[in-house]
Amino acid sequence: MTSLGFVFRMAAREVRASPRRLLLLTTSVAVGVAALVAINSFTANLRDSVRRQARALLGADLSLESRQPLPASAERLIDTLAARGAETARVTNFSAMAFVPRTDGTRLVQVAAIRGGYPLYGGVRTEPAAAWPELQRGRHVVVDPSLLTALRARVGDTLALGEARFVVSGTVASAPGNVGLRAAFGPRVFIPARFLEETRLLGFGARAEYEAYLRLPPDVSAQTVAEQRRAGLQADRVRLRTVADDRERLSETLSRLTGYLGLVALIALLLGGIGVASAVVVFIRQRMESIAVLRCLGATGTRVLAVYAVEAAGMALAGSLAGAAVGVAFQQALPGLLADLLPVDVETSASWSAIALGVGMGLWVALVFALFPLLSVRRVPPLAALRRDFETGPEPRDVWRWVVAAALGASTVALASIQVGSLRQGSIFAAGMGAALLVLWAASWSLVRAARRWLPPGWPYLWRQGLSNLHRPSNQTVTVVLAIGFGAFLLGTLVLVQLNLLQQLRLTGGPARPNLVLFDIQPDQLSVVQRELRDAGLSYSASVPIVPMRIASVKGRAVGGILSDTGAAGAGSGSWAFRREYRSTYRDSMVASERLVAGAWWNEHARGARSVGDNGDDRPGISVETGLAQELEVGPGDEVVWDVQGIRIPTRVASLREVDWARFEPNFFVVFEPGSLEGAPHTLVTLTRIDQPSARGTFQRRLAERLPNVTTLDLSVVQEALERLVDRVVLAIRFMAAFSLATGTLVLVGALATNRFQRIREGALLRTLGATRAQLFRIVLAEYVALGAMAAVVAAGLSAAAAWALARWVFEGRFSPQPVPLATLALGVVILTVVVGLLNSREVIRRTPLEVLRGE
Amino acid sequence: MLRCASLTKTYASGGRELTVLNDITFSVEPGGFAAIVGPSGSGKTTLLGLLAGLDRPTTGTVHLDGQELGALDEDARARLRGAKIGFVFQSFQLIPTLTARENVQVPLELRGENANGRATELLARVGLADRAHHYPAQLSGGEQQRVALARAFSTRPKVLFADEPTGNLDAATGAGIIDLMVELNRDLGTTLVLVTHDLDLAARARRTIRLADGRIAADSTA
Repeated sequence: MTSLGFVFRMAAREVRASPRRLLLLTTSVAVGVAALVAINSFTANLRDSVRRQARALLGADLSLESRQPLPASAERLIDTLAARGAETARVTNFSAMAFVPRTDGTRLVQVAAIRGGYPLYGGVRTEPAAAWPELQRGRHVVVDPSLLTALRARVGDTLALGEARFVVSGTVASAPGNVGLRAAFGPRVFIPARFLEETRLLGFGARAEYEAYLRLPPDVSAQTVAEQRRAGLQADRVRLRTVADDRERLSETLSRLTGYLGLVALIALLLGGIGVASAVVVFIRQRMESIAVLRCLGATGTRVLAVYAVEAAGMALAGSLAGAAVGVAFQQALPGLLADLLPVDVETSASWSAIALGVGMGLWVALVFALFPLLSVRRVPPLAALRRDFETGPEPRDVWRWVVAAALGASTVALASIQVGSLRQGSIFAAGMGAALLVLWAASWSLVRAARRWLPPGWPYLWRQGLSNLHRPSNQTVTVVLAIGFGAFLLGTLVLVQLNLLQQLRLTGGPARPNLVLFDIQPDQLSVVQRELRDAGLSYSASVPIVPMRIASVKGRAVGGILSDTGAAGAGSGSWAFRREYRSTYRDSMVASERLVAGAWWNEHARGARSVGDNGDDRPGISVETGLAQELEVGPGDEVVWDVQGIRIPTRVASLREVDWARFEPNFFVVFEPGSLEGAPHTLVTLTRIDQPSARGTFQRRLAERLPNVTTLDLSVVQEALERLVDRVVLAIRFMAAFSLATGTLVLVGALATNRFQRIREGALLRTLGATRAQLFRIVLAEYVALGAMAAVVAAGLSAAAAWALARWVFEGRFSPQPVPLATLALGVVILTVVVGLLNSREVIRRTPLEVLRGE
Repeated sequence: MLRCASLTKTYASGGRELTVLNDITFSVEPGGFAAIVGPSGSGKTTLLGLLAGLDRPTTGTVHLDGQELGALDEDARARLRGAKIGFVFQSFQLIPTLTARENVQVPLELRGENANGRATELLARVGLADRAHHYPAQLSGGEQQRVALARAFSTRPKVLFADEPTGNLDAATGAGIIDLMVELNRDLGTTLVLVTHDLDLAARARRTIRLADGRIAADSTA
C-alpha cells in the first residue's frame, strides 16, 4: 500500500465514522453551488436561446432605422438589394392615442404601420390565427391583448387612431421586437401602412421611427453589406442592424444581468466557505487526540493534513454534487421569474458546463477555506496523546498560512472575474470583501481588548463572567464576529441596494405631483387644451415649448464626419448623441430637477431682449446635461451648431446641468437661452393632475376626440408597468439572495458551534461550584448579546458604506441610508445570534455536571 | 538500545523557569525491561516523552537504536517512531473512529505495508480475534488496552514505551495486560520502558529507576 493509499483509506474511515459531523460542511457548499449552478445553467440556456432566436427577434437579415423618413442613400441601398432578389418590408412606429367609441376607452399606444411581408423571419402569432395574414385586406388592426383589457374592448370593435377608424381583427400572442421597458409606454397596435396618411398623426413634431427590413438572397451577406454601408448610413443618421449585431448586443446585456445575479450566487458560496472553515475547526478540535496518536504512531504532520484535506474534499464534492442537483431543479424556476424581462423564450435544460463549473468552484472554495484551519493539524504535538492538558506555546509563524491566504484572495478574484466576465470588476469585488473582513477583524480584536481592559469591576458578576468569555484563552470572539458580521454585511448590502433601486424608481413623488402629460400640442391648439383643462376644473402647469432639432456640428466638426468615423468602428454606442433628434426647450430659470455643475446660468434680464450675449458673444447660450456633455465631449465655452428645421443656429455651451431623470417632469438634454428659439416651429407640453382613474380616462377620451394628434401619457400607468418590471428584477435578486440567507444561517450555527464543547465543560465546572441554571443562562446571554451586537453594528456600517459605493459608482444614483431597515437587520442579527447561542448552550444547562466531567 | 545523557527539560511557566527534569543519565540494554517510577509531578511522563522523541530536551541527548534524536527534525522523528517505537497509553488512545482491526493496522499502513494478516495474527495473540470489527466504544477497558498492545507490537518495534498502562484498569485486568506485555517482550525481544507509580507493577521489571523532583533518586536492578 502506498502512502497515498493510506491517506485515502484513513480519510474514508473518518467519513464513515462520522458523516453527520461534517454535515455543516457539506450543506454550506451545497447551497452555494446550487445558487451558482441555477444561475449559470440558466445563463447558458439564455445564450443558447438568443443565438437560436436572434433572426426571428429582428424579423429580417438586416434592418435600417431612422428618425426621419429614410434618406435617399438608404432607399438606394434598398433598391439595389431588392434588384438582387432581397425581399423588403417597412414598419413605421409612433405613439398615438387609441380610442374605442363603444366603451369610451382611451389609451396611449405604440402604433406599428406595416407594409410588406413583415416579419420576414419567424412570424406573428395572433388570435384568431388568420388575423395577421388578413391584416392588409382592409381597415384592420391587430393589438396587444392588454389594450383590449384596458379599454374593455373586444375583437370586432371599432378602434380610432387619429382621424382613421379600424376594426380590431385579432390580438397578438407573440411578435418580434422588444418587450419590457418599451411596453410600459403602451400596448402595441399593428395597422396596414396604407392607412397611415388617413390618421393624420404624423404631422409636425410627431416622433416616428421609420424602419425597413430586408431578407437577403443567399448570395448576399448581411455582414458584408453592414461593413460596406454602415459608416455612410450612419452619417445620414440611419442605423443599420444585422442579426449578428442584435445577437451580440442582447447577449451582452443579458450576460450583465445574469452576471450580477451570479455574483449574488458567488456570495452565497463564499459565505459557505466560512461555514466550511468553522465546520473544520470544530471537527479538528474533536479529533485532536486521534491526531496526536497518529503522530505518535509515526505519521508526519503533512500526512495527517493530507488525510483530513482528502476527507474535507470528499465531503465538499458530495455537497457540490448535491448542490448541483438542487441547482438544476431551481433553474426551472428562473425563466418564470424573469419572463417579463426577457425578449426570448428560454427553454431550460441542464448545462453540463455550468454544472462542471459549479461543482469545480464548490470544491475549490471548500478546499481553500478548509485548509486554513487544517494547517494547524500539522502542529498537533504527539505529546498531546500523553497529556490531555498539554498546552502548546504561541503558534510559530507559519508561511503556509500566508500561502493559503493568498490562494484564498486569488481564488475570490478569479471566481468573481469568471462570474462577471471582467477581471477589473472581479478584483473590485474581491477587494471589497477583503476590506470588509479587515474592518470586522479589527472590530473583533478591539472587542477582545476592550473586554480585557475596561470591564468595570462594579458590574454584576454574571455579566462580567459572560463578557470575560470574550477575551479568555481560546475564546472565539474573532471567529464568531467575522462569520456573523460578514454574513450580515452581505445581506445588509443586498437589502440596501435593493431598497435604493426601488426608491429611485418611485416616479410620482408626492400627491401634488402631476400625473398626466399632454404633448404634441400645436401652438394653435394650446387655447383649446387650456379651455378643456379649465372646464374640467383642473390646474395645469405652464406649457413648455419643445423644438425638435439635430446637431449640425460640434466644436467646428460636422456631425456627418464624426458619425462616419465612429460608424466605421461598428454600431458605435457614443454615436447616439450625434445622431439623435433633440427635443429642446428654452427658459430663463432652472427647474427643481436640475442642478448646475459647471459654467453659469444666463442672467434673467437678458430675456427676450438679447442681441449680444453676456460676454460679448452673439451666439445664444445653451445648458447641456452632464452625461450628454461627456458624450459630445463639450464643456462651457464650446460651440455647438444646431440644425433646426433646416436653419443653422450656432450656440455656445454656457453651463452644464445634472438632471434627475427619475422625476417625471419635462426634462431636457439641452435648454436654450430665451430669445434664441422663439421663432422656431415648435409643439407644447403641459402637465396636469387628475386623481380619479375614471376621471383621467374621461378627460383623455374627450381630448382624443377633439384633438386626436395630442397624446396624453398617464404616468400612473407607466409607473405601474415600471414597478411590475422592477418587482420582477427584485424577485430574481431575492431568489438568489435567499441562498445567501440560507448559508448565512448555516455559518452562524457553525461559528457558534466552534466553542460549544469548551462551553459545556466550563458550564459543568461552574455548576459543580454551585452556579444555578438561571445564572448560567445569564452568563451565556451576556456573551452572545455582546458578540451579536458588535457584529451587527459593524456589519450595518459596512453595508451602508458598500451600498453607498455601489449607488455612487455602479448604479449612478442617489443613496439614502435607510436607517430603519438597517436597524431592523442589525436587531435581527443580535436576536439570531443570541437564539442560536442559547440553543447551542442548552447542553451546558441541561446536562448534569457529573455527566460532563466523567465524559471527558 | 536506549541511552540518554544529561537530559534537562525546563518550561517557561508564568514568566518563571520551571525545571522538570534535571541531569538524567542512564541506558537500557536491548531486550531489557525498565520501569520508571516516582510520585506525581516527579517528571516521569516528561522523561518518557523525551525518550520517545515526542518532545525535545532543553539540554542533553537521547540515542535510540544508535540514532541521536536531537539531530532529527519532527518529520524524521515521526518516521523513526513509526519504524522503531511502540506506545501504550494510560487512556488506551485508540482512534475512536476506527475498528479494533483498523487501529492495529494504522502503524503498518503508515509505512505503506499491507497489514491485514499481521493485524489478524496480533488480535488473535491478545485474544480478541472475534472482536476485530468492534469500535473502541464497544470494547471494555481491558479489551481496549489489549488492542492498544496489539497496535504497539504491530510494527515489531525495537522499544515499547508504556505510560501507566494499567492506570485505568482494575487490578486483575491490569495484571493480565502486564503478563501479555512481558510475554511479547520475551517473544519479540522488544525493549520495554514502563512508566508507573504502581510499585507492584514496577517490581516485575528487571530494573527500576526512581525519579524524585526531576532527578534520579535510585536506580536498582532486580
